[in-house]
Order: sequence, then C-alpha cells, then structure tokens
Amino acid sequence: MSLFGKIFKTGIITERFDAYSDAEMNQVGAELRRVVDRRFSGNLVIRQVDPGSCNGCELEINALGNGFYDIERYGISFAASPRHADVLLVTGPVARHMQAALLATYEATPDPKWVVAVGDCAVNAGEFGQTYASCGAVEQVIPVDLVIPGCPPTPLSLMKGLLKLAGQ
Amino acid sequence: MENTTLRSRFQWLPELQTSLVYRDISLKEIINDGLQPARLFEVAHQHWGADLAHEVKQMNFRFVALWVEDGEDSFTLTACLEKQADYILLRCFVPGEIAEAPSFTPYFPAADRMERHATDLFGIRFPDHPDPRRWTRHQAWSERQFPLRKNFPVSGTPLPLTPPDHNYPFIGAQGNGVYEIPVGPVHAGTIEPGHFRFLAVGETVLNLEEHLGYVHKGIEKIAEGRDPQGLARLAGRVSGDATVAHAWAACMAMENAAGITVPARAVFLRAIFAERERIANHLGDIGGICNDVGFAFANYQFSRLREIWQRDNYAWFGHRFLMDAVVPGGVAKNIDEKIVDAMRSALLRLRGELDELRPILENNGSLQDRLVTAGYLSQELAQAFACVGYMARASGVDYDVRRDAPYPPYDAFPTKAVCSADGDVAARLHVRYEDIYAALDLLERLLASLPRQREILAAWHVPPAGAEGIGILESWRGELLCHVRFGENNRIARYYPRDPSVLNWPSLEKLIHNNIVPDFPLCNKSVNASYSGQDL
Repeated sequence: MSLFGKIFKTGIITERFDAYSDAEMNQVGAELRRVVDRRFSGNLVIRQVDPGSCNGCELEINALGNGFYDIERYGISFAASPRHADVLLVTGPVARHMQAALLATYEATPDPKWVVAVGDCAVNAGEFGQTYASCGAVEQVIPVDLVIPGCPPTPLSLMKGLLKLAGQ
Repeated sequence: MENTTLRSRFQWLPELQTSLVYRDISLKEIINDGLQPARLFEVAHQHWGADLAHEVKQMNFRFVALWVEDGEDSFTLTACLEKQADYILLRCFVPGEIAEAPSFTPYFPAADRMERHATDLFGIRFPDHPDPRRWTRHQAWSERQFPLRKNFPVSGTPLPLTPPDHNYPFIGAQGNGVYEIPVGPVHAGTIEPGHFRFLAVGETVLNLEEHLGYVHKGIEKIAEGRDPQGLARLAGRVSGDATVAHAWAACMAMENAAGITVPARAVFLRAIFAERERIANHLGDIGGICNDVGFAFANYQFSRLREIWQRDNYAWFGHRFLMDAVVPGGVAKNIDEKIVDAMRSALLRLRGELDELRPILENNGSLQDRLVTAGYLSQELAQAFACVGYMARASGVDYDVRRDAPYPPYDAFPTKAVCSADGDVAARLHVRYEDIYAALDLLERLLASLPRQREILAAWHVPPAGAEGIGILESWRGELLCHVRFGENNRIARYYPRDPSVLNWPSLEKLIHNNIVPDFPLCNKSVNASYSGQDL
C-alpha cells in the first residue's frame, strides 16, 4: 500500500467531542478546551519532569499525543524548557539524586506556575517510599497544586486532572 | 555464529575444568535446584579474577551479570556467564575485613558498571578495575557509606538537600575546535533523566560519556524484608515498560527457590502477557524512531496501533500495561473464550495493518536515507559489550533466551528469532518489526493450545531460610536475569534484577562515534535502554 493510500484508508481517528461514543471523554475534552481558552488565552504549556519514575507514567503522558487523544487540540502543549511552561507535570518518587535538578527546574519555571504530581509514586511515594535514595512524594521537595493518582494514570484520567487544574 | 550449536548442555564443562586445573583453580560444584537452568560452582577467593577470567574469556563465554550479597562476616560474589545457552554461576566468598576482589572488567568490559555498582553499594573494591570512578553513587550517601550492607538503615542518613553531582570527572579532550556539550539530567522531551557528555568537533561526535544513576531509588534495599507478593509488585516497577518481564523473572526466581510448579494455564498466560508487552513496546518505538527523523506519518500510525493494543489490554485484563498481572505461583488474570476470540481477531487486524505499513516504510527514500548506516554497531563491539536482545540481534549476534535456553511455555513453541548483520538503526528497526510478526505467530499458537484447566495460581509454601532462586528470560529488550534469596519467614533477603539495559547502555557510547550530534536522539531511541532499570 502507498503512503497516501494508507492515510486515506485510515481516515481521521481523532475522537471528536460530539461524535465519539465515549460520553466521558467527549465531555472532558470540550470542557478542557473551554477552560484553557478562557483562563490561559488558548494555550496551556506543560513541562514534564521525571525525577524518579519507573517510566510507566511517561508512556501514558506520551500517549496523550497520539491521534486518539491529540491533546494539542484542546490548547495543551508540551515544552522542552521549563521557562516556557505554566505547569510542571512531575512523575515518580523524587530520587535524592534528582532533588537538586527538580528544584532547579521549579525555580526556572516563571510565575504563575502550577505543579501536578502524576501517579501514585509522585502522590504518596508509592511502592518506593522514603529511603536513603528517595525523598518520597513530590510535595516533600516542591509545593504541589494537584495530584493525579494511578499506577500509572490512564490518558483519560490525566486529561481529567488537567481539567481540574485549569478550572481551579 | 553460534546459534546452530546450541543445546550443548554443558558439553564444554570438562574443557573448562581441565584448563583451570592447569592454573591450580578448582571449581567445586554446589547442587542447587533453585538455580536451574544455571549450575553453581564455588571458587576460592584468591582465584577470583585474573586467572579465572582469563580462562573463561579464552573459551568465549559471554558475561551476563555480577552481584554481591552481604553475609555475616564475608561478602558473596556471584558472576553469571553463558556459553552455548548454558549458564554457569561462579561464586566466591570475600572476607568482610578486606572486602577486596580482583576485577573481571579487564577481560569482560560488560562487567564494568556492575562492579562499580557493587563498589558504590557494598564497598567491595576491585583494585585492578580500569575505571575507579563511582557509578551509582552521586551525593545521596557518602563515600564511606554502603547502602546495601545489612547494617545500613533503609532510611539512610540523608541531608535536607542532596547536593547535585556536578564534579563527576568526565573524560576531556583538547584541540582546535573540540567542544563539550552537557545534556541533562532533565531532558527536553517526556523521557527519563540521565546525563550525557558529548565531545564534538563541528557536528561530529568524538566521544560520548553517559552519567546515569539519577533515578536510583534503592530498589534492591527496599526489596529486603518484603513477602513474595510485595516483591512481585516492586519488580513490576523496576522498569514500567517491562513490567510483565520483570515481575515474571522475579516470580520465576522465587518459585524456583520455593520449588513451586506454576499451573500450565498460568504459564501460557504469562507468555501471552509478555508477548503483548513486546508488541506494544515495539509499536511505540518504531513510531518514535521515525518521528525522530521527522517522519510524522509513521509516528501517527504506530502510536495509533499501540493505543488500540493497550485499550485491548485494559478491556481484557484491567490494566493498559498488565501491571501486577504476574504474581507468585501464577497469574492474577484469567481469560475466557470470548476474550480468546477477540484477541485472535485483534491479532489478524494488527497483522494486516503491519503488512500495509511495511512497504511504506521500506520504500520511503528519505526515511531510509536517515536510518541506513546511522548508529552503526559492529558485531565485534556487540559481542565485546555483551549486548542482548534486538541490540545484539541487529548486529549479527543471534541469541534469544526463548529459543536458545527455553523456559515454559517456550520449550514447547520453537520461537523464531530475527537477526540482521547490518548493525545500524535501520537494522534495529527491521529486527523489531519482524519481531512483532514472530510475536503475533507465537500468540496465535499459544491461544490455540491454551490449557483448559481453570487453575491459574499454585499454593505458595514457605521456602527454607537461605533458599535462593534464579529467573532468566527474554524480555522485549532482551535477556533479563533476576536472583532472589529468601531469609526467615518467607521474607526476601536479597533481590538483584539485571535489566537488559545495563548491558545495552554502554554500546550507545560506541555506536554514536562519527555520527552527528543531531542524530543522537535517533540513535538513542533505537537503543531505548531503560534508565530506571539500570539505576534501580
């Protein structure tokens, strides 16, 4: 099959708020768009930081970019630099070896800023707890505005969490 | 290549013993059923290192793993080596006062980071080690503290703020136009943290050094004192993308130690979970590799296929990654006929999609132009660094635990291992693409002969204190080894997982030579080693 053939055959898979049968995602998406438009001038920028996760949360955050969720259509985008970010999305317990780097990233993020702890480890230290090598939950190191529990949280619960944050 | 000579079942053992006799080294075999399929040999402390390493090197063994245990008044050093798909464990006891042993690294570069890890966490010194720099230790504990010693408290003695590790002595270079590029630990994308130090001239990479250990969270330490279920949960979080493989390896080791036979249906389900994990990761990474050279079409298509695959996982097993599906004694999730049918049609659909996408990728000149010859790893280097999984197979080192040292249920299902001699990013992509087809075949065969008994969990019985077991299997990244020792009352005394990434990370430092700095993300993605799995 040719490249263009495959594109046409696949069609648009992005789940539309009105057409998609999953009422929940429909509602969350539409709401997210509205809130981001109103409170963030149409663009909410996230810097993701992993100071100790097992990489499970990263996979689900990455999934937000796939065609089904296509989170950019709600006005939410990921930045490479904390200086461009409104929100830090932090995963994992904070490994002590990443403590300084997480603090530096937090300091580099301009005000006003919000910190979201993503996943059970970030919320309450999860399986790893507080040890010689782990500071435990994110709030032990930087102030947290919102938590999204789950191991790892699904893309839909990530969307719901962001909606909650944007609506605060 | 050695793949045709497998199934030797230790035919080389007399030769090894004879050659060691000439050096006055005797191997004393200790019979231990929990360590099967490996055989355990004790070696006197003074013979560890040079002479022993020299002989096993001469006989072309592959270095698999090295780990330490803290005994009452001595340390136990165990090295695992493989030849023709047979594994041996060499073990010696190092008196605690001295805590010094000769190094394997001058003979086996693959031992480098494992020995430095042992130094940082146990305080065992390897005086003839060619690279005395710290590895896992940054600044969270001092040079004189050794977290994995039994007398070190799990909570440690942390400072309010752990200082950044900014004085690591990287290799330097001087010359006209040579410059350094420090990258990380916080990277620009949604990925794990680590530090890379490039030396470059113009755009060309002269040298790359990895500085990892940033996500060290003390997994080996917090495993101690857990019960088997607790260890399986922890193992499932050593590296989230390989949760099934790590949980399976830990359970396999614990079951071997306790002498427990897993019900046949549970064994099949474990393999189904592991193959589903393999396919999900390959799908995501193939899209990711293409995305790193700006071919968004492939990223769109493969991330779509991965999402569908994971939604099926969620619908059938309640978790998108199958976390906590493998438990000691069996599995936590069963499937009924309806799911079997649904999974079968999903396999057919995915196969159809892959058939359509393959020629598009293969015939795309601008994509191939970026992938072919990029990140070349020769067979010699892949062997020298003891690479495993698709890294090894894409460089012509044809080894797959499922096929060559098969464990149930793979012993009943001859597995195709895909190999290529090209050694570049294109070869790694090709090997992984074909690996999906092989996994689809396997899944079809596993579903067709799924045992009918409903039992999926064997009763647990407590192993005697000191019992140890080993688990060796093929994760989606390659060979994964796990060692477990029980203490009193069903509690874990020592857990050591060796993620495939430990062996594959060093090859990234080599395959990047003479590539351009902007191609680093591409090369890195084609290796896709786990940070968490290596840092522990």
